Amino acid sequence: MNNPGPTLSDFGHDPLWISIIKAVAIFVFLMLGVLFGVWTERKLISRMQHRYGPNRAGKFGLLQSVADGLKMGLKEDLMPRTVDKVIYFLAPVVIAVPAFLAFSVIPFGPMVWMFGHKTPLQLTDLPVAVLLVLATASIGVYGIVLAGWGSRSPYAILGGLRSSAQVVSYEIAMGLSFVAVFLKAGTLSTSEIVAKQAGGGTWDIFGMHIPTPSWYVFSLIPSFLIYAVTMLGETNRVPFDLPEGEGELVGGFHTEYSSSLKFAMFMLAEYVNVFTVSAMAITLFLGGWRAPWPISLWDGANTGWWPMLWFFAKLALAFAFFVWVRASLPRVRYDQLMAFGWKVLIPLNLGWILLAATLQALRLPESNRNGILAFGAVVVIAGLGIWLRFDTVNQRRREARAAEVEEEFEQLREEPAAGGFPVPPLDLPHYHGVVPSARAPKEEVTSGSN
Amino acid sequence: MELYVPILVLAVLAAGFAVFSVGIAPFTGPKRWNRAKLDAYECGIEPTPQPVGGGRFPLKYMITAMLFIVFDIEIIFLYPWAVAFDKLGVFGLVEMVLFIVTVLVAYAYVWRRRGLDWD
Repeated sequence: MNNPGPTLSDFGHDPLWISIIKAVAIFVFLMLGVLFGVWTERKLISRMQHRYGPNRAGKFGLLQSVADGLKMGLKEDLMPRTVDKVIYFLAPVVIAVPAFLAFSVIPFGPMVWMFGHKTPLQLTDLPVAVLLVLATASIGVYGIVLAGWGSRSPYAILGGLRSSAQVVSYEIAMGLSFVAVFLKAGTLSTSEIVAKQAGGGTWDIFGMHIPTPSWYVFSLIPSFLIYAVTMLGETNRVPFDLPEGEGELVGGFHTEYSSSLKFAMFMLAEYVNVFTVSAMAITLFLGGWRAPWPISLWDGANTGWWPMLWFFAKLALAFAFFVWVRASLPRVRYDQLMAFGWKVLIPLNLGWILLAATLQALRLPESNRNGILAFGAVVVIAGLGIWLRFDTVNQRRREARAAEVEEEFEQLREEPAAGGFPVPPLDLPHYHGVVPSARAPKEEVTSGSN
Repeated sequence: MELYVPILVLAVLAAGFAVFSVGIAPFTGPKRWNRAKLDAYECGIEPTPQPVGGGRFPLKYMITAMLFIVFDIEIIFLYPWAVAFDKLGVFGLVEMVLFIVTVLVAYAYVWRRRGLDWD
């Protein structure tokens, strides 16, 4: 009943002009998407904050983004005299191009007839399609770093460095959250991952055929949750928008780009990146272009051009999630951001990958289930033992530190000048690490004697 | 190779647009010269002199970058393993547990030495 959709062998047969049509379509879609996305974001956030938002340019302010774009084109293009000219000009290009490229492997739909050719609704697919997306994301970081570096101004350099550190940190967690998907799908090709989520099994309850959920978001929910966090960090969006934390860094890496078309490239890239990570979430976890459950009961839901509609609907919902998060959460502190990425997401991810691999091994037809379970038990017990030991050591260290502090307070209380704990005397010496009684008596300096 | 041609098409399109936008930017706007306007922005104070060719920056960024390389390579090992898992079976599982345990030793060491702490 379910059409599994195109696989890798369906690609590479398009004549060049079909590829050009598809590429132009993707390009136009992304440009319009950004224009509409900016408007949606401002409007949604305004409504969440009891404001009207843009409502002057066009009906409901719909032309606001177009007006902003035109305005950017008509602004003076300032270039501070300190900048490194080549890098300064290169950075907006380097950040914008890879943002578009990632969309070349996103599946929009199944096979359709296009001007007498049967072709998949996807620009192309590779045996390593997901790697291409990760690679473009990595090249995008260069744009940010180069923008900061080429500007040669303190805010810009700090913003660029921060952003690079943040994006690479979250890229690890992001890359790890994909592993469970590849375990289940057995491929890196996006179209085949979508095909693997076609489902097929049904539960027969009271004569009704309820299809079993086959999207990976259900079977791999930890991966999805981790990915949802990392996609915010990867795109420098709230609550992880520290590279442009305006309270401390003005505009971060694009401080020195006046509001001209160069700045527009950064803005464009940011929104296209949001669409890219959303599209990856949809492709890898949310069934790609497949219709959601009640609609999927209709036989024609996953054929022809319809799936594009489901894909856009999912994309719109994912974008709304970004906006919702931006309206709800404050910005995190930078050390918390890094600690969360390195100390929480990565170990969680590794543990989950091992668990998912064990479950997958148990599902293999000719595997020694008892052996796997015994091996898993050994690993879990050993891991718990090491963790407990580590925790005890940490606990002991914490207690020792607390005792030290307590001792210092005790000594303070005994200090005659202190007059009892919470009121500190005005002549309180620096007491850290110094035993107060062993202190040499202070020579009093009379005023006016220096 | 046919699989990569469409990516090139999109790349040419995107690069053309980006280069055009960046290239046309100086010509579409007005030009009103003002010395202060061309200073690097530092909230109004005299800009800090910046060394030519880049200066120094905190070492923690380099540590983060090196840790990133270590873990990124680990991910690169995980991907082919995950794709081929059904063929490797239990052998693959045991091997990967050993590999991840080895990485975790290094990870715990870095953590202990406060390499993951920002401040």
